[in-house]
This record gives sequence, structure tokens and C-alpha cells, in this order.
Amino acid sequence: MPPLPFRIEVLWSDGLVWLLVIAVVAYAVYARRHPHLRAPWSRVARSASAMAAATVLCCFVLVGLLDSLHYRPLLPPQGGKPVYATEVRSVLDLVLTPLRAQREKTYSAPFATELYAKETIKRADGVETREFPRLRHGGKHLESPADSAADIALRAFRGVVAALLAWFAFALLLSAALARQQGGGIEAAWRSLWSGLTPLPWRAVLATLGVLAVIAGPVVALAPYYHVLGTDKVGQDVLYQSLKSIRTGLVIGTLATLVTLPFALVLGVMAGYFKGWVDDVIQYVYTTLSSIPGVLLIAAAVLMMQVYIENHADLFPSTEIRADVRLLALCVILGLTSWTGLCRLLRGEALKLRELEYIQAARAFGVSHWRIMMRHITPNLMHIVMIALVMDFSGLVLAEAVLSYVGVGVDPSMISFGTMINSARLEMAREPMVWWSLASAFFFMLLLVLAANLFADAVRDAFDPRVAMAGGRA
Amino acid sequence: MKLLRAAKVLPVVLLAAVIAGCDGSPWNNPYPESEARANTLYSSFSEQPKHLDPVQAYASNEYTFIANIYQPPLQYHYLKRPYELIPFGAETLPKPVYLDAAGRVLPDSAPAERVAFSEYVIRIKKGQRYQPHPAFARDASGKPRYHALSEAEIRGIDTLADFRETGTRELEAGDYVHQIKRLAHPRLHSPILQLMGSYIVGLKALADELAALAKGLPEHGFIDLEQHSLSGVKVIDRHTYSVRVKGRYPQFQYWLAMPFFAPVPPEADRFYGQAGLARKNITLDWYPVGTGPYMLTVNNPNRQMVLERNPNYGGETYPAEGEPADAARGLLRDAGKALPLIDRVVFSLEKEQIPYWNKFLQGYYDASGIGSDTFDQAVQFSGGEVTLTEDMEKRGIRLQTSLATSVFYLGFNMLDPLVGDAGGERARKLRLAVSIAVDQEEFISIFRNGRGVPSHGPIPPGIFGHREADAEGINRYVYDWRDGAPQRKGIDHAKKLLAEAGYPGGRDARSGKPLLLHLDTTSSGADSKARLDWYIAQFAKLGIQLVIRATDFNRLQDKLRRGTAQLYFLGWNADYPDAENFLFLFNGPQARAKTQGENASNYSNPEYDRLFERAKHMANGPERQALIDQMVALLRHDAPWVWSFFPKDYSLHHGWLHNRKPNQMANNGLKYQRLDAVQREQLRREWNPPVLWPIAAALAAVLLLVWPAQRAWRRREQRSALDGARR
Amino acid sequence: MSSYLLRRVLYGLLVLAGVNVLTFALFFFVNSPDDMARAQLGAKRVTPEAVEKWKQQRGYDKPLFLNEKMSGIERVTETVFYTKSVRLFAFDFGASDQGRNIGYDISTRMWPSLAVQLPAFVIGLLVYITFALLLALFRASAFDVGGVVFCVLLMSISSLFYIIGGQYVFGKLWSLAPISGYDGGFEALKFLVLPVLIGVASGIGGSTRWYRSIFIEEISKDYVRTARAKGIGELRVLFRHVLQNAMIPILTGVVVVIPLLFMGALITESFFGIPGLGSYTIDAINQQDFAIVRAMVFLGSVLYVIGLILTDISYTLVDPRVRFS
Repeated sequence: MPPLPFRIEVLWSDGLVWLLVIAVVAYAVYARRHPHLRAPWSRVARSASAMAAATVLCCFVLVGLLDSLHYRPLLPPQGGKPVYATEVRSVLDLVLTPLRAQREKTYSAPFATELYAKETIKRADGVETREFPRLRHGGKHLESPADSAADIALRAFRGVVAALLAWFAFALLLSAALARQQGGGIEAAWRSLWSGLTPLPWRAVLATLGVLAVIAGPVVALAPYYHVLGTDKVGQDVLYQSLKSIRTGLVIGTLATLVTLPFALVLGVMAGYFKGWVDDVIQYVYTTLSSIPGVLLIAAAVLMMQVYIENHADLFPSTEIRADVRLLALCVILGLTSWTGLCRLLRGEALKLRELEYIQAARAFGVSHWRIMMRHITPNLMHIVMIALVMDFSGLVLAEAVLSYVGVGVDPSMISFGTMINSARLEMAREPMVWWSLASAFFFMLLLVLAANLFADAVRDAFDPRVAMAGGRA
Repeated sequence: MKLLRAAKVLPVVLLAAVIAGCDGSPWNNPYPESEARANTLYSSFSEQPKHLDPVQAYASNEYTFIANIYQPPLQYHYLKRPYELIPFGAETLPKPVYLDAAGRVLPDSAPAERVAFSEYVIRIKKGQRYQPHPAFARDASGKPRYHALSEAEIRGIDTLADFRETGTRELEAGDYVHQIKRLAHPRLHSPILQLMGSYIVGLKALADELAALAKGLPEHGFIDLEQHSLSGVKVIDRHTYSVRVKGRYPQFQYWLAMPFFAPVPPEADRFYGQAGLARKNITLDWYPVGTGPYMLTVNNPNRQMVLERNPNYGGETYPAEGEPADAARGLLRDAGKALPLIDRVVFSLEKEQIPYWNKFLQGYYDASGIGSDTFDQAVQFSGGEVTLTEDMEKRGIRLQTSLATSVFYLGFNMLDPLVGDAGGERARKLRLAVSIAVDQEEFISIFRNGRGVPSHGPIPPGIFGHREADAEGINRYVYDWRDGAPQRKGIDHAKKLLAEAGYPGGRDARSGKPLLLHLDTTSSGADSKARLDWYIAQFAKLGIQLVIRATDFNRLQDKLRRGTAQLYFLGWNADYPDAENFLFLFNGPQARAKTQGENASNYSNPEYDRLFERAKHMANGPERQALIDQMVALLRHDAPWVWSFFPKDYSLHHGWLHNRKPNQMANNGLKYQRLDAVQREQLRREWNPPVLWPIAAALAAVLLLVWPAQRAWRRREQRSALDGARR
Repeated sequence: MSSYLLRRVLYGLLVLAGVNVLTFALFFFVNSPDDMARAQLGAKRVTPEAVEKWKQQRGYDKPLFLNEKMSGIERVTETVFYTKSVRLFAFDFGASDQGRNIGYDISTRMWPSLAVQLPAFVIGLLVYITFALLLALFRASAFDVGGVVFCVLLMSISSLFYIIGGQYVFGKLWSLAPISGYDGGFEALKFLVLPVLIGVASGIGGSTRWYRSIFIEEISKDYVRTARAKGIGELRVLFRHVLQNAMIPILTGVVVVIPLLFMGALITESFFGIPGLGSYTIDAINQQDFAIVRAMVFLGSVLYVIGLILTDISYTLVDPRVRFS
């Protein structure tokens, strides 16, 4: 049997990410069957802004998931056993191979065919001149750089057309599906879809998808031939970096809360349920933790992690694995500094719940504490957990950027919004200014956080009974 | 309603307040308006200096200040190249007298083995006086005014300026001797104590004596150095002293140009030694007392440091000769004028590169450049890399470059089983292959914007022993000589070497496993990600997987000390312009892992060490050059370093600043510079006109928002009133 | 009341003790005293003797928790833990690893921090509450929806961009204020404009939205509807009833922050070259000066605890109904 062309490598964060995916799917199935969960979620689904945000988020998540499937390629056979590279790549890297591999020497502007700075070039006749050298890859297929505008316009146009066709096909398919569901004709479904009469705001989804398609189409068409967002100092494609940053952002945004969720849940419920000395101890612990300035605690913990990695270098054979462990450590630390708020909320709710009659009754019947907490209290707190999860997400993504600036963020070899901003901010001082790295990081981050915020708002409105009522009445 | 009105009025009030405070001068001037035309130079510092005490200071960001405050016996000529020592505190250049073990004078030509001691007799200039300082203040009866401060007196003191009275006195030979004794002070931790202890006669004994004494004292107990003598250093008369060093040590005269050997008055130690002052951060480490051209008058390392002309300084004039081209460059126009030429130098704290660079462009810093202050501390090349654009040339900005007396390198740890000595010839070929693959020319162009020269050996240009990279001087293991220029050998050659080393295509010939190398480096600075990516790409050219272990500086040093690194990236900045200061980086007995020496690669080659012993104290000449050539040839063959580059420092300055010439060895160049404050003021106004329309636009936007809001409000109010009426 | 406060203060001390032990454990696990010595002594020509001397001078050569060589009380006091950690309670911060007196540095550096933070805080509070009231006033109108979307947009931008962009636009493009720097006295004013402006701007999104949600929640309560039904004008309702009743949730979030204003803004300060405690902390992290970091952690915790106690007091002031037993 010939050896597989790759060997799957599951990094720690990959494992957790996929675990999370499985958990989300399981939750979705569970929520479908239970009306008390189904109701708020269908409220979320009926909000146009939430669905538009969810569409954007789905695209981000798709990129992030592709980037969470890691493998090690097979090296060319050299007799003997098959050997795999030590370098770890992801499926996203594979998809983006042209972007990853087409490295220029240094800075080039978006769509450029020449480097951004003049260089001394020795011409064939031995005369030295200072001119802009052609790029190794960007616009390589062109005879002369002057043709680039026409070429770009043509390719972009083709890209837009292709994307719109695909989008149109999707819209047709969707109306067909709706038609089958509602029992009417496709044409009727199509009309109700566009006049916004469907129960779910499909029009918003389609509009969002349309905008995304119009942007992504030309980018996909142009990316193999040009650096759509330019290149950075070492000639790496900025679009590639921006796409790779997405996974880091997503991982930090989700795992940080998730990793420490058990602490918050267990301690919060216990404190609220038992009261007395258990409550005192737990309150003491979280007051103490939250009284330490977060950045300082994170800084100290990250430095400690570095010492550990240094002292156990053998456990981390490749740069990617080292970076991954550090990322995970950062998640844990970020979670540790932010769980106290959630814990306090849960404690408050648990305090209220334990006084409810049916729980008092359960206790009178001698149901064990453990069982009461598991069966009766925790399920009634899940909406708070859900709100905390989505609300914390954007804050964590933003925090990563600041921490990387302070020097206690992700591993410097890992691509993230923080490292991108950190290395790009000096470029503002260049003459002429290099703006595209910073601008790309800005827009990708803005889009991700904005979508997350809008979605979180809808989730909160749907799950928090107080806000839902207030919003309805106002 | 009230709130709405307030919101409308507030910006107007603010605007009025801002305009009232201005008179057509730039709004963004970070300095007080009154200083606009003062003869003041504006500069910056990026990190607070750790030590300003001349026995401790060793970093160049510390020398920026104290080299202009203290007056060591010698200094480097500002204009002449190669670097030349001239007297500073001393009257003339001291000439060593060689003595044998019995103390008899030997002729200069005596062989090194017979020379037991060299004696330097240093005569200092007469009439030099200290800066005004409270340590010298005396009361009516002539007794020191502030040497026995009471608790109550100290309570009213916050900075040195709070001492009302000051005094001065003439510089004496005893002050120089006092400072040499301070090198041995147990609480001062001079970085050169160990080195000097092995040369200056009696210094080590004094250090031991004082250390024993300190053990018996309380934590801050005063140690009176005047009660202790140093056998090798003597005051001969008021203006003469002598220093006796072991053997022949020609490099000693270079040390005499460093602040380690500057005079410090015993009064200063007595004054600062008072217990309560340290609590207020008033120490010699923060408030220097010198005889040099400037004195530190404002010392707020969190914001600003100010050097002011020392009113008691005199007698030094601008040099009349320099390099041949200097006259044409206008560098000799001030010849004969009394120094210093600038009255005040303001250093502002500027940690971020962007504000720093922008303020330079706006004219609020007179000069900009990267010193080597983060050198070997973090080895980072951040900063606005610039070549002069037309726009800048139009503004009259000038660019100066100079080769630094330093070297950067990618070192192999020779103790490593894979790349080090244990790997034998295979490892050597691997090292050579890597040397070829890591394209220094590209590194220099990307990361240093051309500010560097690829190195072919350890000794930088401008230092005796350096060979130009010409047909004879190039490193034949890495370069070919083609078309009259050195040409890096092709990657194919490197691949061939790698195959010979047993790793064809970057994979172990026997197991087929890919070759993994580990680079330990610090990862600070905005650039680090790009730099690490670049290194990975260089090794990938050979099919080698490079694993970067980014770490902090402590960890890196720790690894080097334990000898567990594999590849590492470091730099070395010369203490003095002598080849020995570079060649000792390969001396076996100074290996880092064994003796904590500076040989971080732990390179050890008996042949090299033998040559080093012969060459290290030899006078410069053909014989020494021949030895150095032999040593460099050995190094190139063994390739313990990937020869990287000699950095070029660049410095930009505005057209109103004159007499700037980069000098890598001297840090006391401030006194020679001159500036045209009137022109500066004019250009600052021209470059920084405030743009006012955004404020107007913002006001308009607020009004635009308020108006419809108010209308909508009124409608609502009316409607609810109607509703009420209807009800 | 006073016995309640006393209990709170004692509890605060207990929290500080916990912080103290935690940070001590954390920091001495991260970096051994040897590391600290080497970091401070620099990289050139450092010998093991110099490291030993440094440790001895700074008092890091003592045992961590228990000094076996001493007797009596000195068994405990002659330790790193006692000298470096316990003495923090007397606000004796000792010397930084570089040798400067930390207490002195903190006392001089907290004023610039306050000079930036206090105006930013007060102006910010005014602006946010004004905006939030406006949005609440026009709730459920296009103005409100637009405002909320705008807030979400603003809070989705990283604070780094506010600083970088603000400096670039106001300092460089429009030359309206010095890009960075600081000065004492009235001269400080021109340096404060930009950081304060940016500080306020970066908070608009999140804070306005938060206050708006508090007001909306309050507006929907029964007493407000009763008041409105009585024919009291909308503005009067908003100011007299809603604002006053919203004070409790606002105070809970705001008063805790006030003492922490002393700590300064980490990133703003280093970008603008303001010599406050924020940049002090960043420098300490970068230089790994753990004596300073420890001191700042402790100071931060103290201020937080003070903030908690102040919050309790402020409740009684705002709402006379709140009494503490």
C-alpha cells in the first residue's frame, strides 16, 4: 500500500475547536427538540440584522475551520520508510497555496506589479540605475506593467459575473426549497422571498451573500495573479495573513470563555446554592482574582508559560506546535481573568433559584444536592452562559490585539490581528506610507467583531427575558 | 433642554480658549513658546538610562549623557579618521614606561615576556573646574555646607535643584585616582572590575579588602575610599598621577578615553553617601558631578533630561583640522571657537517610533537616528527605515551614514552535537551551506534598508586588521569573485555542501528524516515576526526546517550560558577600536559555557588561541596584520558564525544643525554642534500650520444633528400635549 | 454603618493578603532572582560574582519563606517573602530591581496619569450619558436605531486604531496638537487634549450603549408610566425619575473605576509619552522589573478594594433607603 500523501496532525487547539463544533451541533439538535430553547433561537433567526451577521460569521467560521484541519505533507520518497515533513500545514494553506507560496522580496502595494521602493539595479550594459523592480509573482503574466489596469478590470469583471451567477443560482435553489416547504410555486416563493414576506429574513441573508459575492468574486479571480492587498515587509501576501488571522481570533474568542466555563459554572452554582461558608470562600476567591489588574496577571502568567516552554523544548518539536500551545495558554489565562464576572452573575441567579418552591420541595423530598444542582439549577442558568459566551467573544478578539502590543500576546510566529497591527504600526512612519497591512487588519477585524457584536445583541435580546420585554414595550 | 444648549456652547468655548492661547505659532509645538528661539538642541531618548555613575554606565544610551558631563583623561578626535586619541582631561597623551619585575625601566623595544609592568604617568590640565554643585558648597567657616544633613533638611528636598547653595573647585589628580578606586567599590558593581582587576596593580586586592569591610557594615553604611590606598595608582602631585598595569597592555589607553576613568570628587561620595538622599533617588547614579562641557540640570527620566552648558568649563576649542574633505563639507568653519557651541540640550522621552519620527519631520527634533542603544540588549532593528525622498531633501534634511564599529552574526553553538565540533567535517560543511544560504544582502536591503555591509570576517571596517572585500579579502568559502565584485555562491553550491554533509535535499541520507535546526532569538519589536519568517524562508531554500524558539533576552542569555542553544543571533559593539576587541570573541579560554566569557559560540581551536595570545597585545603593524589574517582564515574555514553584516548607522538632521559628523567611538560630540535657532523657528511655523476646517466641520456637524433632533422633539412634545388635551 | 464599613475594610485586607501571596508565588516561579540579576546587570561582561553581589545587595539572596539561620522573629522577617511582599502593606515598595525607589516614582508618576484619566473620565461620563439619554428619548425611532448601530460599529474598532489614527490625523495631518510629550503645570494642557479626546472617543460606543440599556430598562418600569400618565413632561420624567433611579446601576459600574484612574492607561500613555503609572507598568513588564510589577499589582488591588468600599458608601448617599446593618 502506498503511503498516504499526508499525515493528519491534530493540534491541541484543533481538538478543542472540533470538540466545540460537535458540541454546537449537539446543542442545535437538542434545542430543536425543546421548545423553551427553540423559541428564543427562532426569535434570533427572525432578526434581519442577526441573520446578516450570522451569514458573515459563517464565512469567518468556515475559513477558521479550514484552518483548523492540520496535516503534514509527505516528503518526496528517498527509499526506505515514507517520511513526513515536520512543518504543519492546514487545509486553508493548501487552498491558498498560490497566496502562501508567491512571496515577493518586500513591500508591494495592492495590485502592484512593481516593488514599493526603488532599488539599485545593474542593467545589462553595466550602468547602475535606481528604479522600481518588477515583482516576482504579482502581474508576472503581463508583458508590460502598463497593461495591468486593463487586465485587472477584465479579470475583476469576470470574477463578479461568475460570483453573481453563483449567487443567482443559490437564490433560485433557495426559492425552490421554500416553494417545496410552503407548497406554492417557485415563482411565488421567489416573490415572497424578495418582498421580505418569508418567516425567516432570507432577503437579508441573500443581500449579505450578494455583497460578499461581489467582493469575493473578483478577489478570487485576481488573487492568483496579483497581491490583492499588497505584501508586507518580507513579501508575504497580506490577504493570506488576514485570512490566517481569522482562526487565531476565533480560537481566542471562543476557547477563552469555554476553557474556564466549568470553573465559573461549578463555583457560581455552588456559591449560590450552598450559601454560607462555601459562598464566602468562593466570593473571596473571585474578589481576590478580579482585584488584580488583568493585564499584569496575564503578563506574569504568559511569561511563566514561556519559561515552561523553554525548559521543555523537546515536547514542542515544531514552531507551529509551540505557537499553538502558547495560544492555548493565552486562552486559559484570558479566561481565568474573565471568569469572575460570569461566576458572579451565576451566583446571583442561583441564589434566586434556590428559593423557588419546586426546588425547596425537591430538597424537602431529600433529593441530593448534586442532583438538584444538575437537574434543576444549572439548566435554568444556561441562558446566562449563552449570553456571556457570545458577548465575551468580541471583547476577547480585541484584547488579543492589545496584549500582542504589550508583548504578552500570541507567539510572534503566529499570524494574528495583534501581530499584524503590531508590525504594521511602524509602517505608518515610512515615507511614503505603507498603509495596506494596517488597513487590512482593521477591516477584517472590524468585520469580524461587528458581526459578532450584532449577533450577540440579537442573542441577548432573545434570551434575556428582561431586555426582551423592555425592548418590546419601548 | 439645558443639556442640549450646553452641548452647543461647549465646543465654542473650547475653541475660544485654544485660540486665545496661541499667537500664530504652531499649535503642535511640544515645547514652551518662550524657548522658540533659544540656542537649544532638541533630542530624545527611548529608554531611561539605568546608570549615570561612570563606574557603572556601560550602555550607549547612558554614554549619551555622561560622556558630555565627565572628562576622562583622553578622548577621540571628532573629525579625524581613523580614530585618533587626543588629550581631554590630560595635558598630553601618556606614553607607557615599561618596567621589568624588579621595577627597572626597559626600552620600548623590550620583548613582551620581559615587560612585567607598564606605567602610565598622566599630567592633567590646570585650572579645570567642576560644575556648580551642592557637594562643593561651603558655609562661612569654609566647612562643607551639605555634608551632614539633618532629617528635617532632607525632608524639604525633592530634587538636586532644591539645594540653594552650590560651589565648585579645581579638578585634581586625586579625583581621577578616587574614581579608579571606586571601580573596586563593593556596592557599585563596575562591569569592568574583573577585567581591570587583572591589569591594574592592586585593584583586585583593594576590591577584596573593601568587600570584607562591607560585610561588617549596615546596608547603606558609608565606605570611605580615602582611607584605603590602591598600590598601583598614585597621586604624584596636584596635577599628576600614575597608573601601573601588568605586562604590556596597549589597549589600556583606549580605556582611558572611557568614563570609567573620569574624575569623581570624593566630596560627591560624601554628599550622596548620606542615608536620606537615596530615598529621594538623589544619588550619584542619577545626578552626575563632572568637569565636562555640560551638566545635567533636569533629571526626570520619566519625561525629560536637560543638559546645560557648564559655566565653569573652558579652554577647549573647535578642532582646526580633520579629514581632507571636511573643509569642503563646512566642518571646519567654526575652528578655534570656544566649546561648547550650544547652550542647552533637551532630551525628551520618546518610546514609540511613530511619534518620534513625526516630530522629527515637524521640526521638533533636530536630529533623528538609531543609536546602538538596544544593541546586544535586544538586537532589534525597529524604526522608520528611510531613504531620503525628494520631499525630505526639499525640506533641507540631510542624511549621514557611518559604519558602526560593531558586528552582527548568526552564531552556531560549537558544543551542539549536530552543528558543533562533535559533528566534525560533516557539521562544518553544514555550517558552510547555511552560511551561503542565508542571504545577507537581502537581509540588509529588507530589514536595514541598505544600512549595512555584508561581513566576511569578524573585524569591521575602520579597525586595524580589517580587510576590504576585494579579490584577496573576500571570504572564499561563501563568496566568489566575479566581474570585479564579490558574488554570493549559488544555492546549488550550498546544496552540494549539504549533500556532502550527509543531508541531501535537507534530509538525513540514512533515515530520510528532514533536518531540523533550532534558532534561539529574542522576539521583541514590531519587526520580529517578519524577521523570523525571513529566516525560515532562508533555511527552506536548502530544505532545512528551521524551528524558531522566540524567547526573551534573559532566557536567551541563560541558554547561551548553559551552552544549550543551537543557533542564535547576536551582535557585538566594540569597546575600543582595536582588533583584539573582536578576535577575543573566539578565544577558547573565554568560552561562554565554560567561563562565562564573551565567546558565545564556545569556539575552541588551539591554533587560533595560540595566534590570539601572540597578537592580542602587539602594536599595529604588518606583523600583527599577518597574524590577524591567519586567524581570520581559520575562522572562515571553521565557520563558527554565519558572517552577517557590519551595521551602518544613519542619522538624519535638519539643515539648521551644523557640524555633525558621525563618530562611532566618541559619545561627546554635542559640544561641537551648532544650530541656527531663527531658521528653525521659521521653518517650524511654515511646516505646522494648524488645519482649522475640521473643527469648523465638527461644529457644523453637531449643529446639523441638534437641529433635526430639536424639531423632532418639538413635534413629539406637541403630539403628547395634544394627546393629553384630548384625554 | 461604621461597623459595616469596618467589616468591609477587614475583608479588603484579607483580599489583599490573598493577592500578595498569589503574586509572590507567580513572580518567583517565573523568574528566579538569578534571572533578575542578569537582566539588570546587562549583557556585557557579567560574571557570577557580580550576580551574587547584586542579589545580596537587593536582598534576594535570602531564603524565600523561612530563614533557618536566624532565630526568633527574624526567622520570618529575614526572608524574601517578608521583605519584598509583606512590607507592601505598609506601602513600603522598596527599590526597583534597577535601584530606584518605587514609592517615590509612584508618587511622582500618578499625577500625570490622573491628569489624563480624570478629564477623560468626567468628560466621557457627561458625553456618554448625554448621548444615552438622547437615544432613550428617541427610543425605537430611526435616530435610536442608527445611534445603536453606530455605537456597535465604534465599539468594534480596536483601541489601538483610535490611538494610531488619532495621532496621525490630529497630530500629523492637521497639526492641531503635539503628537506626544508632557509638561508640568499649565503647559500640560496642550498635551492632554489629544489623549483625552481619544480616550473619550474610544469609549463612546460601548458606554453609550450600556447607559442606554439602563435607561430603557428604567423607562419601561411601571412608575415611569404612571408618572407619564399623570401628564408629567417627557423630559421631566427622564431627568427627575429615570436618571435618578438609574443611578444605582450606574454607580455600581462607575465608582469602582474611580480609584483605578490613578493606575493610568497602559497603552495611551506609552504612545503619547505621558510619564504616568501606565507607561511605568508597561516599561516594567518589558524590562522584566518584577519589583515594580509586584508593586503595581498590589497598588491596583488596593485601589480596587477602595473602589468597592466607595461603591458601598455611594449607595447610601444616592438612595437614602439603602441602609447597612
